[in-house]
Amino acid sequence: MARVTALNVNGKKMTLDVDSTVSLLSVLRNDLGLTGSKYGCGEGQCGACTVLLDGQPTRSCITQVGRATGKQITTIEGLEKDGQLHPLQEAFIKADAMQCAYCTSGMIMSGAALLTKNPRPSRDEIISGMNGNICRCGTYQRIVEAIQIASGTAKEVAK
Amino acid sequence: MTDERDRIDEIETERYELFETPSYKFHFDRRDFIKAFGAGIIFIVPLSRALAQQRGQGESGRGGNDRLPNDIGAWIHVDEDGGVTVFTGKVEMGQNIRTSLAQAVAEELHVPVGIIHLVMGDTDVTPFDMGTFGSLSTPTMAPRLRKAAAAAREMLIDLAAQQLSVEPASVTIVDARFVNHDKSKSLSLAEVAKGRKLVKVIPDNIATTPPKDWTIAGTSIAKVDARNFVTGRHEYASDIKREGMLYGKVVRPATFNATLVSVDTKAAEAIPGAKVVHDGNFIGVVAADSQTATKAANVIAVDWKSPGQPSNAELFDVLRKPTTERRGGEGGGGGSRPQGSLADGLAAADKKIEQTYTVAYIAHTPLEPRAAVAEWKDDKLTVWTGTQRPFGVRSELAGAFHIAEDKVRVMVPDTGSGYGGKHTGECAIEAARLAKATGKPVKLVWTREEEFTWAYFRPAGVIDIKSGVKSDGTITAWEFHNYNSGNSGIQIKYDIPNNDIQFHPSNSPLRQGSYRGLAATANHFARETHIDELAHSLNMDPLAFRLKNLKDERMRGVLEAAAKAFGWGRTKPAAGHGFGISCGFEKNGYVATCAEIAIDKPSGKDADKQNPQVRIVRVVEAFDCGAVVNPLHLKNQIEGAITMAIGGALFESIQFENGKILNPKFSSYRVPRFIDMPSIEVVLLDCKDIPSAGAGETPIVGLAPAVGSAIFNATGMRLRSLPLVPKGVTTNAKS
Repeated sequence: MARVTALNVNGKKMTLDVDSTVSLLSVLRNDLGLTGSKYGCGEGQCGACTVLLDGQPTRSCITQVGRATGKQITTIEGLEKDGQLHPLQEAFIKADAMQCAYCTSGMIMSGAALLTKNPRPSRDEIISGMNGNICRCGTYQRIVEAIQIASGTAKEVAK
Repeated sequence: MTDERDRIDEIETERYELFETPSYKFHFDRRDFIKAFGAGIIFIVPLSRALAQQRGQGESGRGGNDRLPNDIGAWIHVDEDGGVTVFTGKVEMGQNIRTSLAQAVAEELHVPVGIIHLVMGDTDVTPFDMGTFGSLSTPTMAPRLRKAAAAAREMLIDLAAQQLSVEPASVTIVDARFVNHDKSKSLSLAEVAKGRKLVKVIPDNIATTPPKDWTIAGTSIAKVDARNFVTGRHEYASDIKREGMLYGKVVRPATFNATLVSVDTKAAEAIPGAKVVHDGNFIGVVAADSQTATKAANVIAVDWKSPGQPSNAELFDVLRKPTTERRGGEGGGGGSRPQGSLADGLAAADKKIEQTYTVAYIAHTPLEPRAAVAEWKDDKLTVWTGTQRPFGVRSELAGAFHIAEDKVRVMVPDTGSGYGGKHTGECAIEAARLAKATGKPVKLVWTREEEFTWAYFRPAGVIDIKSGVKSDGTITAWEFHNYNSGNSGIQIKYDIPNNDIQFHPSNSPLRQGSYRGLAATANHFARETHIDELAHSLNMDPLAFRLKNLKDERMRGVLEAAAKAFGWGRTKPAAGHGFGISCGFEKNGYVATCAEIAIDKPSGKDADKQNPQVRIVRVVEAFDCGAVVNPLHLKNQIEGAITMAIGGALFESIQFENGKILNPKFSSYRVPRFIDMPSIEVVLLDCKDIPSAGAGETPIVGLAPAVGSAIFNATGMRLRSLPLVPKGVTTNAKS
C-alpha cells in the first residue's frame, strides 16, 4: 500500500511514515501530535476536525492523508503567528464564542476560510457558510458575532 | 454497567440531602498537605458548620493537633511564589465555573482574578466531591470558597502585620500586596508565604462580601483560559498522550441486553501488533495505532444472543405500565401529597380539560465523546477522562478491578461538555481493562455511534393532565401524572387549591439517566402547554391567564420582564407567524420564555411533496437566579440552553427497534445548527438580595412549551408530543 512520508503542516515540512488511506485527522492527532483538530463524528457532519488544505476548509476525519500530500495543511496550531493570535481567535475571546470549546478549533478554521473567501460576509452568508459546524453548547449567536467582529462588520450590523 | 450505577444517575439532583455526606472520608493530617503541596500556607475548608466549630477550637494555635476535618469541601494553597491555587473536586465542562469560582475567591482575597488558579477534578489532590451536576457549583461551592478566601485574607493579613510589626487593623490588600495605613511598608503574597509550613482550618462564621458590594464577582470577566482553547492548545482527555501509549477498541454487542454465545478472535490475533482482550462479556483490542485496533475489532466474529425488546412504536404503552423494580431517588411514586379535593375542584369548574403529552428519548451527544487514557504503574491506576463525577468514576474503577480507591487516580481535564450525560465511567473502565492486559497506557475514544448507542438517554415519558377552570380564569383543579420521565420541575407555582401531582417510575426500554434539567423539560412542556390550552378555552390571553393564577412575585417578575422585552400584547404576529409564552421554576431559578415562530412553506422543486417547516424566529427569555455572578457567562449559558432546547422541542428523537438504535449519527439524528438559530434576547433579573442559584439547567425548560403554543397560535394545531415537528408541520396533528 502507498505510504505518505512527508507533509507540509503549518508552513513546516514534517516527516512521517503512514499508510496513505489513514484519515488526515488521525495522522495530525496521533502521529504529529497536533491535537487541536478534534474528532466529533467521523462522517464530516460536525466540522470539529476542520483544517485547511491549500486554504480550502476540509473535514480531516473523512480525508485520506494521501490527498493532503503536496498541499499546504493549516491547522488551528498554525493560525497564531509569532505569539499574535489570528483576528478571528481574538474575536472568539471577545465575543465569548465558546463554552466547552471542543468545537472551537473547527469553528475558527471554517470561519477563517470563510473570511478569506469573503472578507465582509453578510449574516446570512456566515450562517450558510458555517452550517456544517456543530456547537452542542449552542454558542452559534456568539460565533456569528465573532466572525462579524473579525470581518469588521459588527459595527454595521449593530446600527 | 451495574444496576447500582444506573440508580445513581436516577437520583434526582434536587434531593440535596443525598449529596451532603461524602461516601469517602479523608484522613489527612497537616504533614500530608505540606508534603503534597509544598511550603506556603494551606487553608482547609470544612464541609459543615459543626465540624468547623469543633475543628476550629482544636486548631487555635495550641499546636499538637494534627488531625484535620474528614469532611473537607475545598482547600486553597498560597505558595511561596505568591500564587493562589484553589483545589476543588468540581469539573469544568463549558459552564465556566473555573472562571466564576476564581471570581469568588479573588473577590474575598482582595486580589486580581489573574493570580487565582483552580485545580479541579483530580481525585488525588482535590477533596471529595459528589459530582458537577444539578446546578450546584454556584449555590454550594462558590459560598464555601468565598468563606475560605475571606478567612484566608484575614489570616494572611495577621501574618503580614506580624511580619511588618504593625497592627492587623492597619493592613489592607492593594494589588495583591499587603500595605500598612500610611503605605510606608508593604509585602507581597510571596513574601508572606515564604518559608511557612502552615495549615489553617477555616472557621465557618466568616462574613463574606454581600452581592451588592461585589466588585469582581458580578462582572463579565472573560473565560479565564480562553486563549488555550482558541489556539487548540488545551488538552481534553481525548488529547492526552502518554509514553508508549496504545490505542483501544471495544467490540460492541449486537443489541442491548445481548449475551455472548461464542467468539472467534483468530483473525484478529493474526493481525500484526493487535492484542485481543476477552473477559466475560467484554471483548476489546489494543494496537499501536487506532486503525489497526479498529481493523482487528472488525474481524472478530461474535455470536450474540439478544432478547426481544420494545421499539418506538410501543414505547408509550410500555411506559404506562408500573415498574417491577424499585429504583433509587425517584422511586416509590414520587411527587407530593394531594392537596384539597380534586373532585371538589372539578365540580367547581366551568371547563375541564383532559390531555396526554409525551416526550421522546433524546441523546446528549456532547461534541467530545467519552474518552479515557488509562495507565497502570506499580499497581496504581491513573485515568484521564471526561466525566462529571471524577470520584464516582474512581469508585467504579476500584470496584471493577477489586482494588482500593486510593489505588485509583482519576483526572478530569476541562471536558468537551456533558449536559448530564457524563456521569458514568464505562469508557474509563474499558480503557483501564485494556491497559491492564497490555501493561501499557491505553487511549480509548468512543466513536460518535458508540456515544449515541452505549451512553444513556434522557428518559422518554408520558404525562396525563386533568384540570378544571372557572370562566373567570381561576384554575380549580390540577391532576398530573408523569410516567417514567421524572420528578424534577413537577411541582406547580400556580395557586391551585386542589391538586394531585404524581410521578410513576416505569421499566424503561432504554438505558436512561440525567440530562440537563432532568424531567423539568418534560414537566414544563406538559404543564405550560396545558395552561395555554386552558387560557384558549376561555379566550383569555395566555399571559393574563398565568398572572391571574400566580402570586409568586419572582415568577410574576420574570413573566412580566420577558413579556415586556418581547412586546407581548403590543404587537400581533405577521401572517404565518405565531407567538407563545411559558414560565417555570426549577433549582431556585425562575424563567419565562416568549417565542415567535414562522411556518415556512416549502419552495422549489418537489415543494408539493414537502411539509411546511417551523422556524423559530425570535426568543426572549427572562431569568432570575438571584445575584448574578458573571453576566456574560450567564447570558452565554442561557443562550446555549435555549439553543440546545430547540433540538428536543422541534426534531430530536432517538429511534430504536428491538435493542438497536436506528439513528446513531449526526447524519440521521438532527441537532440544532446555525440555520436553526433564532434571534435570542436574554433579560437578567439581577436580584442582589437573593443567594445565587446555578443556571446551567433551568433556562432549558421554557422553550418547548413556548414554541408549541406559538405553533398553535400560527396554525390552530395543538401539538402535545416532543419533538413537536420532526417531519415538519403535518396535517394529522391533533387539535
